[in-house]
Amino acid sequence: MEITELTVHELQEKLKKQEITITEIVGAYAKRIEEKEPEVQSFVTTLIEEAKKQAKEIEEKVKSGEITSDFAGIPIGIKDNLCTKGVRTTCSSRMLENFVAPYDATVVEKLNQENMIDLGKLNMDEFAMGGSTEYSYFKKTKNPWNLSKVPGGSSGGSAAAVAAGLVPWALGSDTGGSIRQPASFCGVVGLKPTYGLVSRYGLVAFASSLDQVGPITKDVRDSAMLLNLIAGHDEKDTTSAKREKIDYTKCLTQDIKGLKIGVPKEFFGEGINPEVKASLEKAIETYRLLGAEIREFSLDIANYSLAAYYIIACAEASSNLGRFDGIRYGYRTPEFSDLKELYKKSRSEGFGPEVKRRIMLGTYVLSSGYYDAYYKKAQQVRTLVMNEFNQGYNQFDVILTPTSPTVAFTIGSKSNNPLEMYLSDICTVSVNVAGLPAISIPCGVDKEGMPIGMQLIGNKFQEETILKAAYAYEQQVNFREQYKPQFKS
Amino acid sequence: MQVSKEEIRHIANLADLIIEEEEMDSYVLNLQDILTFANIVNEAPVQGLDITIGTNEAEDVFRKDEVKAFSDTQALLQNAPEQEQNMFKIPKVIN
Repeated sequence: MEITELTVHELQEKLKKQEITITEIVGAYAKRIEEKEPEVQSFVTTLIEEAKKQAKEIEEKVKSGEITSDFAGIPIGIKDNLCTKGVRTTCSSRMLENFVAPYDATVVEKLNQENMIDLGKLNMDEFAMGGSTEYSYFKKTKNPWNLSKVPGGSSGGSAAAVAAGLVPWALGSDTGGSIRQPASFCGVVGLKPTYGLVSRYGLVAFASSLDQVGPITKDVRDSAMLLNLIAGHDEKDTTSAKREKIDYTKCLTQDIKGLKIGVPKEFFGEGINPEVKASLEKAIETYRLLGAEIREFSLDIANYSLAAYYIIACAEASSNLGRFDGIRYGYRTPEFSDLKELYKKSRSEGFGPEVKRRIMLGTYVLSSGYYDAYYKKAQQVRTLVMNEFNQGYNQFDVILTPTSPTVAFTIGSKSNNPLEMYLSDICTVSVNVAGLPAISIPCGVDKEGMPIGMQLIGNKFQEETILKAAYAYEQQVNFREQYKPQFKS
Repeated sequence: MQVSKEEIRHIANLADLIIEEEEMDSYVLNLQDILTFANIVNEAPVQGLDITIGTNEAEDVFRKDEVKAFSDTQALLQNAPEQEQNMFKIPKVIN
């Protein structure tokens, strides 16, 4: 097997047995990026030369015993909304085209402490607003399984890069499905942790009460390992939770006998593609064979959640993005007559159409006369959604749904219809609204060979339960051995 | 759900954005579409329910109010569109 096809735990084993070296790993990725990145277009910024230099230095230090981390020299890709000191962080926006953060995000700092190697910053929908990565100011990332399809979004660059073997694993962020949906579209594993498990310090804010950073990986074990590295309280993020440190790889056993899985029938109804539904039903059968107890139940919240999500997310975005004024950082319009015009023109020229649309929507729902009808109602719906999930977790350990109602769609097919794009988040947003953890793992392909994703949702801080359930299925089905991206054009 | 051009202009002004006349129709349509959909929240059975602001805010978070100096002024200023003598430069605001 090629180096770039290996998971991180496989790379670690080979490093330990001295079958490969850190410079060989980084060299293999540099070559792969040179070959495949022109087709996939997943990076905003690549750091190949820096990575090669770092690899040599780290290799020396490992040899001399100065560095002992198991993750030393392991490459990674980082979504371009996570601040990296000295390397530009653009959020795939003209607004931040030349922004170089003066500090590292906490999650990035944690990776640096392990002496991991950053291969570059990955493309996304501008400010993480979108589900296809088509709203990037710089480029449209292609799906490695079929280059005429979107990779999903907003962490489309991260998911496509992992699927294409351009990085062994990556960090993404998820506000309404932005890790899970692209993972589903690209046939990889995406985990959105419980709100508060991972620090948001240095993640460029979109909707602060919904955003979480999480791993996009080739398999479940890598997902657990990367979560181990990034989870934990951070005094720089007051919403990060103080909890005991857990080793998330410990739960990865194949014994799920008696695990109670709830299947909400509303998530399998109208609007779900029949091939997606059939694939999920097969996965449910597999769980039954593995000894899980499966039961259908009613969780009638999808539409309320989606509406509440767009109200809350846009409201928070309109406030968060108020900071971009062309003064301290970011784009400034070249021509203006006074301060107000400087603000208005800088923002109107610096933000793309979808970002402006969401700021407008958010400003609308927060404005006098509409606040009660939309924003306050949405916050009440949030309570309703949490209550409904709580009732579900009185009966079940895991709730199983499709990650997305469809497989990856054709580039350009939804980008002019914002509402249609929003509706494709129907299966993922309720998880963010309730602050729960969820993982997407591949469970099959459709007739055209496009991957289908299954979402396992856990109760708050029950990452171990969903990782265990995902792992048992993955070991049984071996998706990675059966299917590989074809780079069809 | 009807949204008027006048409302769009008002909202754009609040958000410090400029919506050009030629973009106006598509903004009206898009916002009407989305708001009509979002109106479902008014059909949800939420009578008597409290609002939720965040999902993980059971307790207040306190810390000592200690100043931590950030010394790399240059790293901060290098992102400024215009700067002078270690300060951000803005147009004249008092006539």
